[in-house]
Amino acid sequence: MAKLIRFLPLILVIALGGVLYRGLSLNPQDMPSALVGKAMPAFSLKTLNKSDKLVTQADLQGDIVLVNVWATWCPTCKYEHPYLVDIAKDPQVKLYGLNYKDDRAAAQQWLKHYEDPYVFSIFDEEGTLGLDLGVYGAPETFVIDHHGVIRKRFAGAIDTRVWRREFEPLIAQLIEEKKEGK
Amino acid sequence: MRLIVTFILSFVFLFTVSQAKASPVDTYEFNDEVTKIRFQALSKELRCPKCQNQNLADSNSPIAADLRKELYELLQQGKADSEIVNFMVDRYGEFVLYRPRVSQLTYVLWFGPAVLILLGIIVVIVVVRRKPIDKKDLVLSKEQQDKLNNFLNDK
Repeated sequence: MAKLIRFLPLILVIALGGVLYRGLSLNPQDMPSALVGKAMPAFSLKTLNKSDKLVTQADLQGDIVLVNVWATWCPTCKYEHPYLVDIAKDPQVKLYGLNYKDDRAAAQQWLKHYEDPYVFSIFDEEGTLGLDLGVYGAPETFVIDHHGVIRKRFAGAIDTRVWRREFEPLIAQLIEEKKEGK
Repeated sequence: MRLIVTFILSFVFLFTVSQAKASPVDTYEFNDEVTKIRFQALSKELRCPKCQNQNLADSNSPIAADLRKELYELLQQGKADSEIVNFMVDRYGEFVLYRPRVSQLTYVLWFGPAVLILLGIIVVIVVVRRKPIDKKDLVLSKEQQDKLNNFLNDK
């Protein structure tokens, strides 16, 4: 016992080293969203393409939905765009855009130029819906289930690898849940 | 002499100007002094979600400016401090608080240091109160003394 105590400091230092070493490979930007498990916040905003058409959270409900926060001032959104065009071809999910704190004309131009993957884009010029969603940058992508509950929030660009790792398993699970009528 | 004064003044100027540039300047107007103080206190308590080691008062990022604006508007609506803090936590998570609330997740954070100090005190007490080695045990037996004498004389 007395011998064991002699090694206690060494063991403690090794344990501390282990904890700190683990910390080195963690991403501090990777924060859990406060909204996972909550309903999509209520909103009433115009769409990007039709400045006279109001949409609300009810327009998103009923399907497995991706809401992608984007803006023309965001270079990473440009990188992500072709992958979104691919994702939009999947009939099992519906992809909506949230055009965040952007210029309407520039955003419309962007969609004309790069192809529009979204069913529609919500035009959030003031960032009010962004605030309610806890958005602090772009791009961000939210996964919402068929009950309108937010199931995931992903900050950063989506590409094939990210899609496979972060989204595919959850989407498959949600499709199952929808089939079973949960 | 004049040169020195100019030199010092230019330094003072440089310092004040660069300090003014260091943190963002908003031009919010408050109806009363208390709200102003509350605004300043809250914007120091709340962390900017994007730039993780800065509070809202310090940060130049657009999201921090948005949140300061929201904070100002919530104060103007007459919301209480706790309501404002809840508003922010509901959207951005516990992360926005520089002083996290006491919960299961933060027990280690809150009570860890006190536990460590207690442990340290206990170790010190145990070490200090440990019985000193008995002097009688240090006396050599007859055989040991003989052996030692042999070594010492064996030149």
